[in-house]
Amino acid sequence: MNRPLERHRNIVDFALSSLLRRKGKNISLLLVYTLIVFIIASIIFFVQALKREAGLVLKEAPDMVVQRLVAGRHDPIPVAFAEKIAAIRGVSSVTPRLWGYYYDAAIGANYTIMATDNNPPEPESIIIGSGVARVRRLAKGDMMTFRAYDGGINLFEVQDILPYASELMAADMVIMDRSDFRTLFNFPDGVATDLSVTVRNPRELTTIAAKIVRQFPDTRPILKSEILRTYNSIFDWRGGMLVVVLGVAVLAFIIFAWDKATGLSAEERKEIGILKSIGWETSDVLLLKFWEGAVISLSAFLFGVILAYGHVFFFSASLFEQALKGWAVLYPRFKLTPAADPYQLAVLFFLTVIPYTVTTIIPSWRAATIDPDAAMRS
Amino acid sequence: MTRFFPMRKSTKFFFFITICTLLQAALIQDIGRSQANSRAITAANAELVHRLMLTDLCLFTEARYTRNPSLTDIHSAFQDHPLAMDHFPSGSLVAPPDFSNEAP
Repeated sequence: MNRPLERHRNIVDFALSSLLRRKGKNISLLLVYTLIVFIIASIIFFVQALKREAGLVLKEAPDMVVQRLVAGRHDPIPVAFAEKIAAIRGVSSVTPRLWGYYYDAAIGANYTIMATDNNPPEPESIIIGSGVARVRRLAKGDMMTFRAYDGGINLFEVQDILPYASELMAADMVIMDRSDFRTLFNFPDGVATDLSVTVRNPRELTTIAAKIVRQFPDTRPILKSEILRTYNSIFDWRGGMLVVVLGVAVLAFIIFAWDKATGLSAEERKEIGILKSIGWETSDVLLLKFWEGAVISLSAFLFGVILAYGHVFFFSASLFEQALKGWAVLYPRFKLTPAADPYQLAVLFFLTVIPYTVTTIIPSWRAATIDPDAAMRS
Repeated sequence: MTRFFPMRKSTKFFFFITICTLLQAALIQDIGRSQANSRAITAANAELVHRLMLTDLCLFTEARYTRNPSLTDIHSAFQDHPLAMDHFPSGSLVAPPDFSNEAP
């Protein structure tokens, strides 16, 4: 057999025996290491899949949404604005959107109520998201009550339930006819929640937005690119809890590496001394320590990434659920379509496997270069 | 089994690493297959977004500015008092939207 290969195999055999001699310590090390890789890889998979989903689905979002601001807060916008905005060159259509929030005191959940002209439900009927159906235990044909603006009870028949696959978009959605919406909230005629603007050429969006603001200084246009960018920045690695989780994981890893880099135990030092005294070269000792580090770090990386994949895509990131839920009573149950960025996985590999292996070699090199007699006696 | 076919520790380790690597490769293969399978669902969801003119994903339903982060008030995070921290747990998860290039 190839001599260099046989030499490596012998050293790997010895490295594995050496690791198994300190079984307890090394298994716990492997578990903690795997856990760190698992957490970081889970975040990478979850964020990547969510960003991909948001990008694909929100491509169909309105080109621009125009809100009206009163005293710095969002206020209903007069429908008359729509006609004037539609007259701006390059605007192909302006549709008033009627939507709002409804707090269901019975279960403490917030719903998003939306009125539509495009295929609306029958009057006094609603189409509900599957999240609403789940928390209220409703089926098609059941009646659902809403407390109107004046305290009166409005009854709606559940005409349809949106499919489970739409939970990420519409779990909390209650869709109703426009007249029902105005009656429920006493929403005056002639105003809408905001305006959805479609333009002929997306390149003209910023120019059209500037014209709208010039004509109506109390409005705020929100472009589709900003909507898409929101989901990129929400789960950006620098944002909120992600940076905390990543920070903790990286810190744990640094403590790990530090512990390894600051020195060897007396037992390991003695082992190196014995190996050198029976004829091992310094390069053999370094190769042994390299393989010891590589066995631990490579196993942890492979295990951690596989477990993270299963956690995010087969178990719907159930460990993150509590953090994502916050105080929400109605939480969407969604299954993400797998997505992974090989570049990020490669970065994870180089940030975990390589530094650990290197930090295992350095103290061993220091011990291997001193006199075997001194190493055994120290 | 190992009594009849004695296997060196290094061989077992390389088997283990090869199996794990193959498993990872299979998962990466699974990504492409799952994405192809979910194309119809994604198209249906995109159609729903188009029909209802939706602007946000339904991720956090606890407050209006977490339900629709792209349409939220600009200063929602500190809306009650400049030093008042966010009320809702997801406020610590969600970074403020980037309005740096917002149209004038």
